[in-house]
Amino acid sequence: MRLIADELGGERGGESVFSGIGFTLGVGEPLTVTGPNGSGKSTLLRVVAGFLPVAEGRIALEGGGEDYPTVASACHYLGHSNAMKTALTVVENLAFWRDFLGETDRDLPVSEALEQVGLGGIGHLPFAYLSTGQRRRAAIAKLLVAHRPLWLLDEPTAGLDKASEARFAGLMQAHCAAGGMIVAATHLPLGLEGARELRMGFKERTVIAGGIC
Amino acid sequence: MLALYLRDLSLSIRAGGGALTGIIFFLAVVVAVPFGVGPDLNLLSRIGPAILWIAALLACLLGLDRLFQADREDGSLDLLVLSADRHFLALTVLVKCLAHWTGSVLPLVIAAPLLGLFMNIAPVGIGAAMLTLAVGTPAITFIGAVGAAVAVALPRGGLLISVLVLPLTIPVLIFGVSASYGAVHDPDPFMQPFLILAALTLFLAVIGPVAAALALRHGAD
Repeated sequence: MRLIADELGGERGGESVFSGIGFTLGVGEPLTVTGPNGSGKSTLLRVVAGFLPVAEGRIALEGGGEDYPTVASACHYLGHSNAMKTALTVVENLAFWRDFLGETDRDLPVSEALEQVGLGGIGHLPFAYLSTGQRRRAAIAKLLVAHRPLWLLDEPTAGLDKASEARFAGLMQAHCAAGGMIVAATHLPLGLEGARELRMGFKERTVIAGGIC
Repeated sequence: MLALYLRDLSLSIRAGGGALTGIIFFLAVVVAVPFGVGPDLNLLSRIGPAILWIAALLACLLGLDRLFQADREDGSLDLLVLSADRHFLALTVLVKCLAHWTGSVLPLVIAAPLLGLFMNIAPVGIGAAMLTLAVGTPAITFIGAVGAAVAVALPRGGLLISVLVLPLTIPVLIFGVSASYGAVHDPDPFMQPFLILAALTLFLAVIGPVAAALALRHGAD
């Protein structure tokens, strides 16, 4: 299975944010996307996931077979928000996503996923009672309760402490070792060994007589 | 899909779900009418079914803006759209609509007979009003889903949704009220408007979720 981006360009509100991005990601390979604020890291992830239309070039998943015909069907998207309901408990939230997203026998049970992110004892609490870092860890547990080969992570370690960062790095290594792929947009080092880096920069604009061409 | 239905239902019942808001609004509108038009029992029983229907329609519109917006704010909507390959997105929308109807609108239908007593509606009329509400209000939810999907990105989309949706719900209101009248007033037919109402609901159960799914897919940013 390979994720291929070819001369990929994305835009927001009709204005080009990035263009000419190309990478190929094979099985077991992580890719970190770095760059200054506003360089289009999040937009790139959203274009890859298919939330935003591809402005130019192409993004494709090859060799996904019947299980994963498209990028969207093969990926987990962990955005800035955690996609959890504050009124439900952590276990209820995860059990819902496990039911809704999961289908393979590689899905972890909810309790085991919580153990893996170090939230073993607090599954019964409403999500609203959790701290920022704990919420992020619960959202990371969501990646484990339903198996997807491709993880699209947008600032995944925001709010995590050192120990949790290390634990998450271990989870990502394990995911790659099991044949997964990761595209992570980040400012912080993720502790991923052998990760390739995609640097994004501001797209050059030429200003002529006050107008943007 | 059942998991989604149960999650949305339990969210609407729990604190902050807003299921009670609709009932209280419904109650307030219906109770205010006798004070407004005066204690003329004949008049009240004549306009009663229509008042019940109008109040139910407005109460339905009240909670619609949260249908997708709550999911959008916490990021769940992205994941629901993302899994469109596994779960047909229109079906996801349909399930969300049904959960919303069960949580927020079904209580109105159940409360309708009690409020019908306030309006001095005959027992047959109360039964007819309840039946037409039960059959007709899902149509309002399905139309509302389209409005909610279109306005999902707007921070104060509630009013816009009502303005968008209200004209489209008028046929439902007309056939709902005329069926309720038909059950009580003899020469008027009950069956024909009731069947058209049922047909409207079935028709919109297909068109509404498909249109809402299209709007959601293209409204992502």
